Amino acid sequence: MNAALRRMGGLLSVYYAYMTAYRAELILWALANSLPFILMGAWYQAAAGGDFGFTPVDVARYFLAVFVIRQLTVVWVIWEFDQDVQRGRLSQYLLQPVDPAWRYLAAHLSERVARLPFSGVIIALFFLVFPPARFVPHASDVLLAITFASLAFALRFVMQYTLALFALWTERASSLESLMFILYLVLSGAIAPLEVFPPELRELVMWTPFPYFIWVPAHLLIGGTDVDLVRATLVCLGWIAALVVVNRVVWRRGLKRHSSMGA
Amino acid sequence: MKHLAGILWRYWSTSLQAELEYRSNFLVQAFGSSLALAGSIFALSLFYRGAGFPGWTFEEGLVVQGLYSAFAGAISCVLSPNLSRIVQLVEAGTLDFVLLKPVDAQLTVSLRVISPWGVPDLVFGAGVIAWGAAHAPQREGSVSLALVAVLFGALIIYGLWFVVATTSVWFTKIYNATEVLRGLLDAGRFPMAAYPAAYRFVFTFVMPVAFMTTVPAELLLGRGQANMLLGGALAALVLLVGSRAFWRLALRSYTGASG
Repeated sequence: MNAALRRMGGLLSVYYAYMTAYRAELILWALANSLPFILMGAWYQAAAGGDFGFTPVDVARYFLAVFVIRQLTVVWVIWEFDQDVQRGRLSQYLLQPVDPAWRYLAAHLSERVARLPFSGVIIALFFLVFPPARFVPHASDVLLAITFASLAFALRFVMQYTLALFALWTERASSLESLMFILYLVLSGAIAPLEVFPPELRELVMWTPFPYFIWVPAHLLIGGTDVDLVRATLVCLGWIAALVVVNRVVWRRGLKRHSSMGA
Repeated sequence: MKHLAGILWRYWSTSLQAELEYRSNFLVQAFGSSLALAGSIFALSLFYRGAGFPGWTFEEGLVVQGLYSAFAGAISCVLSPNLSRIVQLVEAGTLDFVLLKPVDAQLTVSLRVISPWGVPDLVFGAGVIAWGAAHAPQREGSVSLALVAVLFGALIIYGLWFVVATTSVWFTKIYNATEVLRGLLDAGRFPMAAYPAAYRFVFTFVMPVAFMTTVPAELLLGRGQANMLLGGALAALVLLVGSRAFWRLALRSYTGASG
């Protein structure tokens, strides 16, 4: 156990150093996440009409929360894995006594820390430009939101890493992720808060992993109370457990199938 | 000119051949495009559960969505693959070889490869534009003016994109720079009427997204006047000249692989 922790610590510091070496890239990634701010504008305007049961300021806070949650839960392992398979780096990783999954996880976690300052600057700028949206969330809401954001990250990482493993067969698994990403955008609450979905659809969607990626943690962060926390936790954990099992099965089969490029 | 066309033809046919190595990818892409379009239409319909965008019917909004999809397709066909190539050239120092060739370097780096993966987006986008325009309230629209507006829109995107791509000479690893641009272009999903005044100002004068989708849609639907084209023409001109100048500036500080 101690050895495993030490290894993970080592990986974390290596990947943190690697991430900070490309700071310009990190700034660009933080900026690339402009979608919440664009939709904020559109929904701000729509809410001003008064048809949706929330005020424009609610909208601004919700989409700011969406931005924060997305910063905390970004996952890109599938592109990394594709490249590692295509360029044969995976073979080198396989020779080392650490499952590559930990390597990718360490890269993701350390990137979060490296990215944090940039996200902070963007939030501060936003509050400066648009004072009415300023708010300080309750400590309990922050705690809840962080808990569910962690679950969201775990779920999304396992889901994407499982899809990534199909690169062992096709070498381009990232096209699968682009399909998944569309569902993610539409159903997670990234393009519209789930309150505006037709009620039956919303009920159905709550059984899928998608709303737990963004809507649940974002909604909790701005003080939303109409989330069934027990059910949310169980659905999240259920999906994570199921996907971990699938992941391990696919990984074993894929490794048997895998031969390095050129072999 | 004929010489250039010949070179482009060679560039494109070789890059297409390379991409077609992944043929099964095409089905995935086509499925993805239809899914993305369904998602966009769903998003649009959510706004119309309320009053919708002031002054725009749902069908008119669809025309804007269609234009957005078509532009997204064009970007994945031409702009995205070339950007990753520019970054590789700078990272590996092989930009030297491009600069040494007796062909305009800007042309070579920005049009070296094309990829077929945006075609489904282009086709579906065109379909949605046609359907939306046919079902929108009938006014005197002009297809030819709309096409001119689309051309200006395309030049604007190219200019913006090339400025971003050029920054790789200083920053090297900017694979995600197109993501920034793509993120901002997302604003083109909805007509400008969907946004508050401050946003409209930014999308007209800072990131001229308005000229890409809203203006062509208005001309097609007979909602706007031809003088809206002037703004697009001006923005396109400024960006083309500006991006060219920026590229030259960047090359002056490019020192090659050893520098």
